[in-house]
Amino acid sequence: MNKNIDTKKIIISNPIKLDCGKEINNFPIAYETYGELNSEKSNAILVFHALTGDQYVSGKNPITNKDGWWSYVVGENKPIDTNKFFVICANVIGGCMGSYGPSTINESTGKQIGTDFPIITINDMVNAQYELIKYLEIEKLFAVVGGSMGGMQVLQFVANFPDKAKLAIPIACTSSHSAQNIAFNELGRQAIMADSKWENGFYSNYKLNPDKGLAVARMAAHITYLSEKGLQEKFGRKLQDRDSLRYGFEADFQIESYLRYQGSVFVDRFDANSYLYITRAMDYFDLSKQYKGNLSDAFKKTKTKFFVISFTSDWLYPTSENREIVIALNSIGADVGFVEIESDKGHDSFLLDVPSFLKTLGDYINSTYKIINERRI
Amino acid sequence: MKEEFNIISNLIEENTRVLDVGCGNGDLMKFLQENKTKDIRGLEISKEKVQNCLSKGLTVIEGNAESDLKQFPKSSFDYVILSQTLQAFLNPELVINELLKVGKKVIVTIPNFGYWRVRLQLLIKGTMPVTENLPHEWYNTPNLHMCTIKDFYNFCSTKNIKIYKSIALKKSRISLINKSNLNYKNLDSHLGIFLIES
Repeated sequence: MNKNIDTKKIIISNPIKLDCGKEINNFPIAYETYGELNSEKSNAILVFHALTGDQYVSGKNPITNKDGWWSYVVGENKPIDTNKFFVICANVIGGCMGSYGPSTINESTGKQIGTDFPIITINDMVNAQYELIKYLEIEKLFAVVGGSMGGMQVLQFVANFPDKAKLAIPIACTSSHSAQNIAFNELGRQAIMADSKWENGFYSNYKLNPDKGLAVARMAAHITYLSEKGLQEKFGRKLQDRDSLRYGFEADFQIESYLRYQGSVFVDRFDANSYLYITRAMDYFDLSKQYKGNLSDAFKKTKTKFFVISFTSDWLYPTSENREIVIALNSIGADVGFVEIESDKGHDSFLLDVPSFLKTLGDYINSTYKIINERRI
Repeated sequence: MKEEFNIISNLIEENTRVLDVGCGNGDLMKFLQENKTKDIRGLEISKEKVQNCLSKGLTVIEGNAESDLKQFPKSSFDYVILSQTLQAFLNPELVINELLKVGKKVIVTIPNFGYWRVRLQLLIKGTMPVTENLPHEWYNTPNLHMCTIKDFYNFCSTKNIKIYKSIALKKSRISLINKSNLNYKNLDSHLGIFLIES
């Protein structure tokens, strides 16, 4: 949450018209960069974070003191090598790491905006981040990359700005949130809103926090990020610090203890209202609907090269949904590569140490960078 | 391999759009990229091989030709290549039809089951042929529908598929196939290369 940390921030003065009809201006975007922009400004990669991510992609996250959320992918000598690339990541609007969101203080009242914050969409998030790219004076990004909700932003970015990225890599995502996706998000939102400390979203006015509800939301969501096989192999029916069942409702099983822990650490770093707003933005995402039911039309104007990646055990954003993106791109003759990576780590595979994913992604980015640069010469 | 690549490359005009179906590790794609055209895509069923291709920066899609060629629009490629893969499909006729839809022209290469060395193994030894070109044993071969140069030639005329060019390869010796030398080429060549159109 908004603790007193030194986040890099810019204030966007350009007004942005949101999908809900409201207009926002003079709002903050918090961001972080890694590596250096070369003199031709041709090595910039914009990374989009997922639901509970933030701008701290790599290195130490100053809030959690843990490694950045994509440390396996971004960093020195990593697949996206910061010795070579200039990596930018911004906290999405609606988020709680310094960008404009429900926990931003309304200067006229001195209080958090809470649920007076407007409903935002993936489209709004991307439009806001485009202002950051303009501020950084980058004419054309080498790549836009992201997994899960980050992947949705990749798709939306290319649709909105067809000539602003040479390469787009949407990972483990979808072009439209399915009923199942919406159902799980609704479960999380209801858990938060059912917490008596939520106070219709104005909990901070009462110095309260709906942390029980938020923890349950996180626990439920966390299950959807794993696979049945992964859970079974890691936890099975193993007991937590005990030799036999206690015949009560304490965490007898390791999986229970693990989920409780995941829930409890999450509430320390994440704002409950942000969780509501961002999950809503994901649920509203339907790129093909934006183009009158024809997903291909979203990409008709672009020459951007695409590389779509999915994972075998991801049942939240399954391969079939990633393939729909590939099919839409193929049907207009776009330049698209696709692979489904073998992994039993579920949806979370894109965040974890999955060697064949990391190798393919890194090799692809590096050889494509070389090919594109050679062609220019 | 090298001869086959050269022949295929010579059949392709420069700076055209090419799809390599069953592109394997992308060797032919790389060869054509260096010699003919930058605009080349691949379709490959093996995850491992797709990853190898992508690692080289090649644009390849993991997929199955029998089900996934449909997603490409009609005539979206100038050339579609099927190199020594036709025999591995469950339904080769369906694949040929799909290829002819997606590509304006199609290049099919066929390991010739009518080659005398192949015939001799069955005739003399009485066992299923194993050659340099067909290295598998009967129990582990991915090849479901082996055919001969003559079979494919006849298939094209039965199905009213236009053969633009048909080339026979023996070791590194290249020759043209026509109606009058078909029986001989069918006996004396290890590979047939066909440029066809619907």
